[in-house]
Amino acid sequence: MKKVVSVLSIITLLALILTLAPANVLAQDEVTCESDVVVQADDWLSKIADKFFGDVLTFPAIFEATNAKAAADDSYATIADANLIEPGWKLCIPTAEYAQVILGVGVEAPTSAESIQIPTIVEGMTNVAFVYVGHIGDGGWTYAHNEGRRYLEANLENVNTAYLESVPEGADAERVIRNLARQGFDVIFTTSFGYMDPTGVVAEEFPDTAFVHISGQKKNATNFGNVFGAMEEMKYMAGMVAGAKAAEDGSNRVGIIAPFPIAEVIRLSNAAALGMRRTCPDCVMDIRWIFTWFDPVKEREAAESMLDAGATVIITGADTPGPVQAAGERGFTGLAYDSSNACLGLEAVCLGVPYWNWGPIYADIVNGVRDGTWVPEDYYGSTADGLLGFYGFMECQEPYPSVPASVIPEMQDVLGQMQAGTFNRFTMFTGPINDNQGNEVIPAGVSLSQSDLEGLSEGYMSAFSIEGREPCTICMGYLVEGFDSTAEIPPLN
Amino acid sequence: MELASLVFIVNIIGAGLRTGTPLLFATLGEIITERSGVLNLGVEGMMLAGALAGFAVSYGTGNPWFGVMAGMLAGGTLSLLNGLVAITLRGDQVVSGLALTFVGRGLTSVLGVAYVQIREVPRLPTVRLPFMYDVPLIGPNILWPLFGEQNIVLYLGFLLVPAVWFWVERTRPGLHLRAVGEKPAAADAVGINVAAQRYLYVFVGGAFAGLAGASLSLAITPLWIDDMTAGQGWIAVGLVIFAGWNPWRAVLGAYIFGALRRLPLDLQAVGWLPFASNPILGVWLEMIPYLFTIVALIFSSREAIRKRLGAPAALGIPYIRGERGA
Repeated sequence: MKKVVSVLSIITLLALILTLAPANVLAQDEVTCESDVVVQADDWLSKIADKFFGDVLTFPAIFEATNAKAAADDSYATIADANLIEPGWKLCIPTAEYAQVILGVGVEAPTSAESIQIPTIVEGMTNVAFVYVGHIGDGGWTYAHNEGRRYLEANLENVNTAYLESVPEGADAERVIRNLARQGFDVIFTTSFGYMDPTGVVAEEFPDTAFVHISGQKKNATNFGNVFGAMEEMKYMAGMVAGAKAAEDGSNRVGIIAPFPIAEVIRLSNAAALGMRRTCPDCVMDIRWIFTWFDPVKEREAAESMLDAGATVIITGADTPGPVQAAGERGFTGLAYDSSNACLGLEAVCLGVPYWNWGPIYADIVNGVRDGTWVPEDYYGSTADGLLGFYGFMECQEPYPSVPASVIPEMQDVLGQMQAGTFNRFTMFTGPINDNQGNEVIPAGVSLSQSDLEGLSEGYMSAFSIEGREPCTICMGYLVEGFDSTAEIPPLN
Repeated sequence: MELASLVFIVNIIGAGLRTGTPLLFATLGEIITERSGVLNLGVEGMMLAGALAGFAVSYGTGNPWFGVMAGMLAGGTLSLLNGLVAITLRGDQVVSGLALTFVGRGLTSVLGVAYVQIREVPRLPTVRLPFMYDVPLIGPNILWPLFGEQNIVLYLGFLLVPAVWFWVERTRPGLHLRAVGEKPAAADAVGINVAAQRYLYVFVGGAFAGLAGASLSLAITPLWIDDMTAGQGWIAVGLVIFAGWNPWRAVLGAYIFGALRRLPLDLQAVGWLPFASNPILGVWLEMIPYLFTIVALIFSSREAIRKRLGAPAALGIPYIRGERGA
C-alpha cells in the first residue's frame, strides 16, 4: 500500500510538472517565421497572438521573434514597446516550438533556488550582464530594468545580454558580480541600492570590466559609475493630475503610499505634494508609511486606510498596482509606479504612471564602453535625458480617460519645460517652501543642491565613503506644506 | 460611543476580516495536516501555487470557481511532495517543508510570468446582504460595513471553521485523524491505515493552502504578482501554534492578525498619538509570525514544550511500524 501511494504521488507530481513546464529545447537564435503579418489599423499584439496561437498570452513570442528577426533583416519592425505597434509594420509569427521556448522564459539565464548559475558569454559580441534584486515578473522595478535590457537587444547590434534574478543584496551579490566579471562580461549593471558596495569591491578587482550601479552615489575614476534619475519630476506630474482629479471629485484629498522614510521616498512624496498644490491649492495630501517595497496586502490596506479617511486619489510609491485597483473598486482613481505598463488592464481608473525608461541610457553606456569613450560618472538623469516618463503624456501616448481634460494642457506644458530642461528638480525645490507645520524650510530664492535632494549628510557619505559631494545643508527630512498637518516622518530604525 | 471612533474600530475590524480570511484558510489547512501528525512548513509555497493556478484557470476558463478548484488541486498536489518525504520516506519534515516553499516560489515565479500583465481576471463575487442595514441600532454603522457587502470568501471562512471543527472533533473519520496524530501505533493496531490517513490530510491541508492562495489572487488582492503572498504562509504556520491546533482559536488569530496589519496604518492618521511608537509597533507585528515559526521549530524537537502547547503527540515524527515509542 505504501509503495502504491508513493508511486502514485510521484506520478502525480511528475504529471503536474510536465503539463505545466514548457520544454526548453531550442536555442533562442534559431528564429524561423511560420508566416509574416503586416499590422493593420486597430491591431494589437495580443489580438494577433490570439489569432495565430489561440491565446492572447502568447504575444511575447511574436514580440521576441520579430525583434530577433529585425536584428538581421530590417524589413521586420523593431518593437520597443509591446503595447505599441503601428500599421504597416511587418511582424514575424514564429513556429509553435519557438513560441514555446520564449514563453518558457528564463532561457537566457536559467536560475534556480538552490544555486545561481552564471550565464556564459558569446565570443565576438559585447556581453552585457544585469543583476536584478527581484524577479522580472514583478511588474515593477525589476520589470522596468528588464525592459531596458530588451531595448539593448533590440536596438544595438552585436550585443549579447544576460541577467540574473532575485540576487540577494550583500555577500551573495558580491560573489555573483565577481563570477560575472570572471566569466568575461564587458559591462555589468547592478540594479539595486544594496549592490553599491559589492559592485565597488569587484570593480577594483576587474579593471577591464565596466561596472554600472543603479540608484547609488559611488564611483571610481576608471571602471565604476552609477546611474539614477530625477523621478521627482514625474512624481510632480503625478501630483498635478492627482490634485486636479481630487478637486474634480470635490474631496480635495489625495493619499500617497510611502514605502520607507528614506530621502528618496521623502523627496518623491514632497514632489507629488508640490505638484498637487500647483493644480489644487486647497488639496491636502495624506500619507501612509508601509515599511516595505512589496507586500500586496499591506499596499492595498494602506490605500483602503486613506480612502476610508476621505481621499479619492491614491498615488503609490510601492511596487504593485493593487492600490490603484482598490481606489477603482470604490469608483475613485489612482497612480501606479515604476514601469510603463503598470496600469495595464486598469486604464479606466488609472491617472498615469511615473516610470523609468532605462533602455536609452543603457544603450549609451554600452556604446561608450565599446568605443572606449565611456567615463564613469555620478550620473543623475532627468526627463530631459529621456530616462523618465509619465505614462499618458509621452510621445505616442494618450492620457487615460479619467484624467481631467482641464489639467492636460498645463501638464503638457510642464512636461515640455522638463524636457527642455527649463523646469527641473532644482526649480521645483526652490523657496519659499514651508513644511506641513508652517515652518519655513527652504527660504525664498534658495534652491536645493543635489546633496540636499538626496539628503546626503556627512555621516551617510563617510559610511559609504562617497567622495566629491558636499554634505546637505537643508537635508531631506521634512514633509512640505500640502501634507496633512498630522503627517510625520517616522524614524527609520 | 462617538461615531468617529466607532468608524475607526469598524474599519480595522473590517480589514481584519478581509485580510485575515486567506490566513484563516491556510491556518485551518495546516491544523488539519498537523493534527494527523505531519508538519508541513511549505504553506507559503502551496499558497503561491494555489494563487497562480487559481488566477490562471479563472482567466483561462472565465469562471473563478474553476480557478478555486484548480488552486486547491495545485496546493494539494504540491503538498504530496511533503507527504512523500514525511510519510513514505520518513525524512526530515522541517527540511522537506522548507524545500516545498522554495519549489512553490520558484515554480510559480517561472510559470507565472505570462500572467503578470493581466488584471482583468474573473473574480470571486461579492455578496450583498441588504437586511444587515435594517437591523436596528447596530445595523447601519456596524453590521452593514462589516458583513453587508463582502467577498464571498469571507462567508466561506465563516462556514469552514465550524465544519472543520465538527469533522475533527465530532466525527468518526475525525477520530481516526486525531488517532494517527496522537498515537499512530494504537491507530495502526486497530486497523487504521496510518500512511493513507496522513496522505489524505496532507492533501487536504495543501488544498486549504491552495484555497488561501486562490482567495488572495481572485478576491482579496486580485492580481498575480510574483511572490504575492509575501510571507503569509509563514504567518499561518505561526498562527497554528497560537491557535493551539484548535480551529476556533485559529479564527481569532487570523482575524486579529489581519486587523493588526491595518491598525498601525490607521494610527498614522491620528494626530495626538506620537508617531515614534508606530513603526516600532509595526516592526514587532511583522516579527510575530516568524517568532512563532521559530517556536514551532524549537518545540518540534522538545517533548515538554510540545505537551504544554497542546501539540499532537506524534507531530513531526514519522511512523515506523513496530518501533519502540511510536
